[in-house]
Amino acid sequence: MVPAISVSGLRFRYEDGTPALDGIDFQLRAGETVALFGPNGSGKTTFVLHLNGLLRGEGKIEVCGLAVRDENLPAIRRKVGIVFQDSDNQLFMPTVLEDVAFGPLNLGLQAKAAVEKASWALAHTGIAGIASKPPYHLSAGEKKRVAIAGILVMDPEILVLDEPTTFLDPPARRSLTDLLRRLPQSKILVTHDVHFADALAQRAVFFDKGRIAGEGSVAEIVCRFDWNPDIGES
Amino acid sequence: MRHVVLEEWSRRQSWLHQRDPRAKCLALVVFLILVATSDKNFPLVAGGYLILLIALVRSARLPLGAVLARSAVVLPFSFIFGLVSALAGNIHHAVLLVSKSYLSALAVLITIATSPVPKLLYGLEQLGIPQFLLWVVQFLYRYLFVVSEEAQRMHSAVVARGASLGALRARGVRFQAAAGALAVLFLRSYGRAEDIHRAMLARGFQGGLRQLSASRFGWKDGAFVLAAGVIPAALRILLEARLTWFRQSV
Repeated sequence: MVPAISVSGLRFRYEDGTPALDGIDFQLRAGETVALFGPNGSGKTTFVLHLNGLLRGEGKIEVCGLAVRDENLPAIRRKVGIVFQDSDNQLFMPTVLEDVAFGPLNLGLQAKAAVEKASWALAHTGIAGIASKPPYHLSAGEKKRVAIAGILVMDPEILVLDEPTTFLDPPARRSLTDLLRRLPQSKILVTHDVHFADALAQRAVFFDKGRIAGEGSVAEIVCRFDWNPDIGES
Repeated sequence: MRHVVLEEWSRRQSWLHQRDPRAKCLALVVFLILVATSDKNFPLVAGGYLILLIALVRSARLPLGAVLARSAVVLPFSFIFGLVSALAGNIHHAVLLVSKSYLSALAVLITIATSPVPKLLYGLEQLGIPQFLLWVVQFLYRYLFVVSEEAQRMHSAVVARGASLGALRARGVRFQAAAGALAVLFLRSYGRAEDIHRAMLARGFQGGLRQLSASRFGWKDGAFVLAAGVIPAALRILLEARLTWFRQSV
């Protein structure tokens, strides 16, 4: 079976020469959820930005069998939906409905079809009631759901969520966990939130200094890299 | 954030909000040409134009004071050029410069305040404005908000630590601090602008302005453009002629 994502020997340096990724080999199976752990600056976000060609490094990346190349980018960006850490960077249209419909319109759908798909995505993420609101009036949890709806509406096969629980209060975090559990896509969760990862991911990968330092179950990785947030707290 | 004011105005409901953006752009161009070419007895004509624009603001259900105040954003620039003209002995030219720039800014603001920017840009695209230029405007519009948001965050951070512009000035920390803050503002805004562009690309953005609801140019819009040309032109002719007649009678 073709893996959802296959990466081999991925290396990347920023324009100022700073090495960010140093030979990453990674596979995501269809339907699987993987958590990416690691210290800040270890290369997690840089890595996921390669998965739909937003950053281009050396090495080989395939998404559902398609190589990440210029001619495949439109198809790849339809398959890999990235939900960014700061929802405010993702939401910029005047209303929630227009924002969620931004992707389908870019894919060439007519306005009526785009509205139908956007309405479906809003209903699916439980926020149909805020369709006509401006995004800047929403709570952090609602913004995150709108950002996810804006990605779901493009029918992605893989969801990448970068620090999805940042800015969320505990009820919003629980609600997001339930929503993600219901979604059938393969998922990559870039997170520091061990409990959130434990609730969703079958596997965890630990990044350190641009390399994959280890992989296993969430419990194994947390134990091996001393990544338990509860230890040391009174 | 404070920048949402203009966005909120553009979402209100009035007969002017309902006009097709193309009609408003055409009307604006006609009005700007009339303002630019008016010269004879301009203070009186300018008064007529101002009353006309104020009537538009009121009928569009926009807050008059706020709109007039926001239009004054051009005055510092036009005052400088007006001052140069006045110092050169041409006071008539100085008055023309300041009043024309204010009226033009007011007309542009009314257009923007009654048309959501995505629709306005779509209308301009329909009028044949080069797409590349519209992309630049689209990104400039988005990124101006980014710079504004970052500036507001930095200001909050400064105030939260007990500082204020007055206190900084009192301590003699002015140009050096301002230069440092500007550099930080630029770097932070640049970083966020990159993130936003990536988020747009990730959702299939390849340039172009797609709309959910494309407005139609109807007979009401045609009538509006016609009226926007005829009424100010008639007002100008009337006021110029009336003043000439008044002078001749005196």
